[in-house]
Amino acid sequence: MSGTSNETARRMAMLRDMARIRAFEREAVAAMRSGEAPGVVHPSIGQEGVAVGVCANLKRADRITSTHRGHGHAIAKGADARAMMLELHGRAGGSCGGKGGSMHIADFAVGMLGANGVVGAGIPIACGAAQAIRLTKEDAIVACFFGDGAVNRGPFLEGMNWAALYRLPVLFVCEDNGFAAFTRNSAVTAGGGPAVRAEACGVPATAVDGEDVLAVDAVTADLVARIRAGAGPQFLHAICYRWEGHTGTDAAAYRPADEAAAARGRDAIRRLAAVLEAEGIAAGEIAGIEAQAAAEMASHRAAAMAAPWPDPGAAYSDVQDAGAPA
Amino acid sequence: MTRMTFAEAARCALAAEMRRDPLVWALGEDLVQGGIFGQYKGLAGEFGTDRIVSTPISESTIMGAGLGAALCGTRPVIEMRIADFTLCAMDELVSQIAKVRYMFGGQGRAALVVRMPQGMWRNSAAQHSQCLEAWLTHIPGLVVVAPGTPADAAGLLAAAIRSDDPVVLMEPKNLWTTEGEVPDDITPVPFGIARHAAEGDALTVVTWSATVPVVEQAARESGIACDVFDLRSLWPWDEAAVVASVRRTGRLLVVHEAVTVSGFGAEIVARVVEGVGPGGLRAIERLGAPRAPVPFSPPLEDAMRITPARVAQAIRRVANT
Ligand SMILES: Cc1ncc(C[n+]2csc(CCOP(=O)(O)OP(=O)(O)O)c2C)c(N)n1
Repeated sequence: MSGTSNETARRMAMLRDMARIRAFEREAVAAMRSGEAPGVVHPSIGQEGVAVGVCANLKRADRITSTHRGHGHAIAKGADARAMMLELHGRAGGSCGGKGGSMHIADFAVGMLGANGVVGAGIPIACGAAQAIRLTKEDAIVACFFGDGAVNRGPFLEGMNWAALYRLPVLFVCEDNGFAAFTRNSAVTAGGGPAVRAEACGVPATAVDGEDVLAVDAVTADLVARIRAGAGPQFLHAICYRWEGHTGTDAAAYRPADEAAAARGRDAIRRLAAVLEAEGIAAGEIAGIEAQAAAEMASHRAAAMAAPWPDPGAAYSDVQDAGAPA
Repeated sequence: MTRMTFAEAARCALAAEMRRDPLVWALGEDLVQGGIFGQYKGLAGEFGTDRIVSTPISESTIMGAGLGAALCGTRPVIEMRIADFTLCAMDELVSQIAKVRYMFGGQGRAALVVRMPQGMWRNSAAQHSQCLEAWLTHIPGLVVVAPGTPADAAGLLAAAIRSDDPVVLMEPKNLWTTEGEVPDDITPVPFGIARHAAEGDALTVVTWSATVPVVEQAARESGIACDVFDLRSLWPWDEAAVVASVRRTGRLLVVHEAVTVSGFGAEIVARVVEGVGPGGLRAIERLGAPRAPVPFSPPLEDAMRITPARVAQAIRRVANT
């Protein structure tokens, strides 16, 4: 990669992050299906462009809140992928010591304030994080990821109004993959949809092709610059598609096969690879990045299987100090 | 010591904590205007509207934003206006605030206070009179406190603000205007230590929150030597003091404003029986509300109200069984 421009290096980094997210989730889904990883995994394969395009514009001090489908956001924000893999295997050394699992990955050290098992719950939390940042005069912003399903919950409306009212430094990122679990979200959403609702509360909305990481990057760069300059909250409506089912065991029979196939044809990773190849990066180098990502995540999975279970006594720690379980 | 109302005591405690720690701030509806019981009166003038924040009527976000702000290092005081409206923010309290430390393996803590004035208040009917403490003591991760005197309103609020645990502070609506002696230098009241409000051998009476002055008056007027405990905090609660007392008296009366069925009194009775053994008890009674919503009309509300006369009757029943 020597001799490439800063711009190309940045794109290579984005490619690497997307490849790492996909490889992580392929291993996670396989581990779940084989029974090695307990519980449920919600893969974001196909949506990597949103997580990476947004987080490429965030600094370490910036915070994010995430969803039940949060592996990609966490990895893109710089969370420790090995600890994440241990976590969803329920092992000691996991991001949350095995107490959270896939739906509750968090890495506070890199500003990842947590995935969340409750749809829309990250929105109020992001608003408060932004308020604290303002109160402490910290130089940081908050990015709040949620799905299109969340726009039908009360906290969405409350949060848009709230953030606009106090002009909070929040980037709301609606990952609109068209589905809320097994239901096409348009079938249960009245009116003009997410962006219209945000704008009704005074949060300017911008649409972007979420399967084009460079587009996400460019639009986010602009929105983040505005937020850092004090313009208040911004809403990014990222149109995307999840390739897999709602969970690793959902065959997604509720949607036409050609629709999912078409989404695979818009793969953000392949599209960025094509751009990089056109800029002179060798196909072998790109394949190498993907192979490296796959090897890294396979090794994390092996490490997770080999890792010890948490000490059962840990089940009673970190509940509370006053009145903690004996 | 200065004589002041419950609301004034709470206001002084918050002001003192805000002066002491610039990371303490409060958010909720109508706070800049002083709060609906005057417990925030004048604070916006001293601390500014960035630290005394009047919010929209968005309970989920008041609660959830408090959590986000705590995770970013500040110490928010979350005002719910009245406990009933907490129901609009139950996910944020129960599934987010109470879980965040545990679920994320200790990476972050919700060092915050949730103030939720509770109970009967001026015929405000079924949706503005509930006592929900039993719901919240049931939730791992929460500290639950319920002051019954102005001094404790101040001391427990100070302790709640300084606590690194999330603390639910259930302030009795009916006592906001009640006066009492409050130390000039407000010091935090430690959680889990009951106030021994009266001493006696005939029976043990346990209470908290709005029924504290009611029980104290009944105990005085009953002519019976009661060992009265104002629990002050419900989780953790002073099991040791109560069990030791019942071991001596052999008789227990628990008085609370909340519905008796599945109320926190049931937990107290169960733990006392476990502590002293079934043979160690001669009489047990719980006095609380019937399992009915609180009505509006004064005589209907009075029918459910815990009064000194009702408590005195119960004291006599238990003492003479
Ligand atoms: C409040 C709440 N209701 C229901 C669920 C169950 N649930 C989990 S994910 C999901 C669909 C969410 O759709 P969306 O927000 O569009 O996100 P996506 O899964 O598409 O990424 C549902 C209904 C939940 N977790 N939380």
